[in-house]
Amino acid sequence: MAANNHSEHQSAGHGHHIIPAEIYKKVALALFVLTLLTVGFHYLFHSVMHGSVLAAPVAFLIAAVKASLVLMFFMGLKYDSVDNRIIFALGFFFLFVLIFFSALDIWTRVAVTSTL
Amino acid sequence: MSASTHTASHTSGEVNYINEFKGLKSWFTSLDHKRIGLLYMISVLFFFLVGGLFALLIRLELFKPGAQYLTPDQYNQVMTYHGAIMVFMVIVPGIPAILGNFFLPLQIGAKDVAFPRLNLTSWYVFMLGAIIAICTLFLGKIDTGWTFYTPYSIKTGTAATMMVVAAFVMGMSSILTGLNFIVTVHKLRAPGMTMFRIPLFIWAIYSTAVLQILATPVLGITLLLLAMERTFGVGIFDPNLGGDPVLFQHFFWFYSHPAVYIMILPAMGVVSELIAAFSRKTIFGYTAIAFSSIGIAAVSFFVWGHHMFVSGQSEVAGIVFSFLTMLVGVPTAIKMFNWLSTLYRGNISFESPMLFALGFLFLFAIGGVTGIMLATIATDVHFHDTYFVVAHFHYVMVGGTLMALMGGLYYWFPKMFGKMYNETLARLTFVLIFIGFNVTFFPQFILGAMGMPRRYFDYIPAYQSLNSISTIGSWLIGCGFLLSLYVIVTALRSGEKASDNPWGAKTLEWQTSSPPPHTNFHVEPVVTAGPYEYK
Ligand SMILES: [Cu+2]
Repeated sequence: MAANNHSEHQSAGHGHHIIPAEIYKKVALALFVLTLLTVGFHYLFHSVMHGSVLAAPVAFLIAAVKASLVLMFFMGLKYDSVDNRIIFALGFFFLFVLIFFSALDIWTRVAVTSTL
Repeated sequence: MSASTHTASHTSGEVNYINEFKGLKSWFTSLDHKRIGLLYMISVLFFFLVGGLFALLIRLELFKPGAQYLTPDQYNQVMTYHGAIMVFMVIVPGIPAILGNFFLPLQIGAKDVAFPRLNLTSWYVFMLGAIIAICTLFLGKIDTGWTFYTPYSIKTGTAATMMVVAAFVMGMSSILTGLNFIVTVHKLRAPGMTMFRIPLFIWAIYSTAVLQILATPVLGITLLLLAMERTFGVGIFDPNLGGDPVLFQHFFWFYSHPAVYIMILPAMGVVSELIAAFSRKTIFGYTAIAFSSIGIAAVSFFVWGHHMFVSGQSEVAGIVFSFLTMLVGVPTAIKMFNWLSTLYRGNISFESPMLFALGFLFLFAIGGVTGIMLATIATDVHFHDTYFVVAHFHYVMVGGTLMALMGGLYYWFPKMFGKMYNETLARLTFVLIFIGFNVTFFPQFILGAMGMPRRYFDYIPAYQSLNSISTIGSWLIGCGFLLSLYVIVTALRSGEKASDNPWGAKTLEWQTSSPPPHTNFHVEPVVTAGPYEYK
């Protein structure tokens, strides 16, 4: 939902890196292949092996690789300044905080002896 | 527009952002941050009126035990609408969208915000969300409380999905505003306006914007999950489907605790401006106040579990959150002590904006200290879900944010409209609101300590006298706000012309004409000193 209708409001300090169309095509292809891979693993784990502890981790791993490709190339973070990469990573840090403390609660619940 | 005499500091030429373009269309399509600020002002003040009427209804019902005017179901709805409107449509957008929009570019010497179209878009998105929220009033109503807690919010048959979508849409607007402000602060400062010369109001708005961007998406996703669970039975929060209802509270408060600072940080920024201006003194500890804003924003992400001490959250998590919550006291106290040190030996004058700022200091101190009592598990277990909590957050949200909003509006009114208001009546509004506020909410601390549960439609007779006092206080507050409406309207119609800098303040917005021209400054300002260099 990027609203890109600001035309000439700022001239960025560093030049805008132009990524060749060839790279975009390769990344798109990679994303497509990885999607097929996800479907393939799902078939393997569920229909062939009838459930496996690896199902979720593998799916997440592939999703993470896909997300990184999008961030690096489609969003141009690979060519962006270090500041912007740090700010972007900050979002993931707070996501980690959210999951960490929620998990802290769920994993340390001792319902029987609780005095609360 | 009456061309009476005014101070000769500027040849303002009488063309300004209000009269340069005419007609309703010029307002609804304006990209001028000042006009967008006024659009927000009118809408937010209208919603404030609606939310306030719901508040008066609540207090009226609680004047005596037993049913008075409402059925229990209606009471739940009135309470929900009061909370949801005041939070999502008044206090969260309030200071940033009105005063931030208007004064952020002016205070840093910019012509506008970085993305003017996006700025107007956020107003329309906000109004869309608000209209959806208002529509629920006619399409089933909602009775979950503004927090939409599961499992009830999944079961209730009323318009919860729609209200949740409304909050989602308004959250989107909040994100867009925050984004705009961050880029503006980084990119559009006037020559010489270094990061440590920007006014403290800007530091506060900037920290708020960071929170808006980092926290609001979590609220959006949480509310979407809730809507999906209601509509499609996805098992996120329902234990029967493998979900966890407490998880909703984790997700919700991950946003909503930082949201408390989205509400209070801008207020603190306003107070910094007011205290410096009316003490005629360089603010004490500029850097400390600036960094404590960032500090509050950062710490706010680590404390949300203090809302959940009795929710079934684990004891370990409770202890960790209790400890972390205490940390908020540090940057907050830094601000308090710096303000007090600024007042010390200052050349203080008691114009109406300053009265509201001092009211803020007094009430926010009470709100803050009772916050520590609630952050302590041992006491919170008893105070939780009692009127003590209601009193606490009203002292912070109303005694803090609303006081600052009123102070800020009175402070900047001459700049916004080029008119002066009746100072005596303005001071009277402060007296009414301040006294009314304490009469309304102080008894609620006592009621809470006596064990009166919050959100209930009825109570035992032992609680009656304090409840009646509280209701009478709400009428005083109502009178105070009605009077301020009168003060503002009469000033707009027939106020004396304001000079460019009626308070003798040093920040940039006072160096342009009142009201400012469309492009803010007649000559691009060059900054050579800090914002509070009083002699
Ligand atoms: Cu909180």
